[in-house]
Amino acid sequence: MLGEQIIKGMAVTARNFFGSYVSKERLTTVQYPEEHLAQKENTRQFPFLVYDGDDWEKGLRCVACQICEKECPPKCIYIVKSKDKKPDYKGQPQIYPLTFDIDISVCMSCQICVEVCPFESIKMDTKFELSTDDRFGGLLLTKDKLAKSNTYYQKMHPQDAAESDAVIAGEKAKAEAKAKAAAEAKLKADAEAKAKAAAAAATVPIAAPAPTPPPPPAK
Amino acid sequence: MSAIAAIPPKSYEVKPKLDESGTPIGELLEISMGPHHPSTHGVFRMDVVLDGETVVKLKPVFGYLHRNHEKIGENISYLASMPYTDRLDYFCSMTNNWAYALTVEKLAGLAVPERAEYIRVIMAELTRLQNHTCLIGFFVQDMGALGTPMMYAFREREKILDLFESVSGARMMCNYMRFGGVRVDVNDEWIAQTKTVVSNYSKFLDEFGTFLTENEIVLARSQFVGVLPKELAINASITGPMLRAAGVNYDLRKVDKYGIYSRFNFQVPVGEHGDIYDRYMVRVLEMRESIKILEQALRDIPAGPVMDPKSKLRGFRPKPGEVYGRVEGPKGELGFYLISDGSPNPYRYRVRPPSFVNLTILEDMCLGHRISDAVVILGSVDIVLGEVDR
Repeated sequence: MLGEQIIKGMAVTARNFFGSYVSKERLTTVQYPEEHLAQKENTRQFPFLVYDGDDWEKGLRCVACQICEKECPPKCIYIVKSKDKKPDYKGQPQIYPLTFDIDISVCMSCQICVEVCPFESIKMDTKFELSTDDRFGGLLLTKDKLAKSNTYYQKMHPQDAAESDAVIAGEKAKAEAKAKAAAEAKLKADAEAKAKAAAAAATVPIAAPAPTPPPPPAK
Repeated sequence: MSAIAAIPPKSYEVKPKLDESGTPIGELLEISMGPHHPSTHGVFRMDVVLDGETVVKLKPVFGYLHRNHEKIGENISYLASMPYTDRLDYFCSMTNNWAYALTVEKLAGLAVPERAEYIRVIMAELTRLQNHTCLIGFFVQDMGALGTPMMYAFREREKILDLFESVSGARMMCNYMRFGGVRVDVNDEWIAQTKTVVSNYSKFLDEFGTFLTENEIVLARSQFVGVLPKELAINASITGPMLRAAGVNYDLRKVDKYGIYSRFNFQVPVGEHGDIYDRYMVRVLEMRESIKILEQALRDIPAGPVMDPKSKLRGFRPKPGEVYGRVEGPKGELGFYLISDGSPNPYRYRVRPPSFVNLTILEDMCLGHRISDAVVILGSVDIVLGEVDR
């Protein structure tokens, strides 16, 4: 019969229409501004800079190595290195970024900067409602707007944050062990030098040995 | 004296139609459909010359979305091109990633761990499912079924995009695969979720089938419309479901057996007539085969690492050489051609997009049909303008 399949199709439509009142399977719409879906663990939006402790200027992990700036596909990161150095989390003097800007109107949320960063200092945020009426200034995030604490990151991505904390702790422990070893070595060297000096003072200096005669010329 | 001949001025004159004795009986009408016409699936323009309602000439015009993809790829590192490949065919970022990763792996001689190969197959087949589902929604909408089939298609697609998001972090711009593996591992919970989605998918396909497959309007609009003969399809190097609908059994998953496709048991659906309805049916059957592959892959996936330990993110410099890698994307053969000179950037970076090559044949399919059919024929080609213009 002509039109039979159209009627069957309409039955499907009707099943979906009435089913949407009873089954969550058929009505998946979420009334967005009022309702929100829970975000996924791995969700990424825009990058931010991690700092340890309470003072963001002091605890910033970034050492301005500019790898992210170089690798960023749309080139939305802008870094100016500092001339002086200040101690990082390991206590070693390090360069820090004088300027660190990310233009999030250009950023495409690809996460390459996070992957290439060797210092666990740049991570992805999950905030997405960032619209602003200031077209240029509002979307150019400077260092102070980008800096977010490690506790914020731990709350957001507990699993990834634990991994990155482990890496940091490992680095720190390694640096401390190295510093300790260096200090011990220095102590030992000092002691040895002292002992040598004492010994040198006690004994009479030996006369310099006579120069060896030159070897006979080859024939 | 310049050696270049002057380009002859384009004739915009519309010549009147003549009867046998040579007297004009009416005029041809040249109209420009697009670039903002909703039926052109993006910023695409068709210069159509009409005789009444019949198409007598059609010229596809593209380039409105050109954004220098290949030149940009030569100026940034190999890794930094990966997120740009997402934006080629924004429906199928996973297969785009795979094609690019496969090419660079060939160039650099990286091996992919077993688990990563399985994850790649799962992602690619999920991509194929959601792409074909959406496409059918779109092209039924081109026939005039406004909204309803497309909403059902998008409802199902959303479930797959949720899976993508929970593993890669983004719904569409996944940026998931890396040279020598994938970026993050999937967990058991994700695999269980995927199994549920896949097992429910065939139920949805059944429902979609009763909805559309034998619908009289769909049959009347699509059978013997936009026929693409087998010889023409081969000569024009058409690939993908369009080629298989024309009756050529050519699927890179069977021909190249890239990745681990030789391990799976699946068939390649082949059409007979090469019309729009065959293209529709080939896609529906391909989805069924994808479900089969997914079930096997989800059952067999082994444990293990997902990255080749030899691959590195920073300072990646493959040795000089040139290579062409290709995969069977949902739209056809997606290939990347790379020349390396040993520097961190590729010397030449070229994309062979399936949509662009499949679109070149549009005029031959549309001639003699009505303008409303031209819209459906364009829909059945399955283009994404991000890939056509690059």
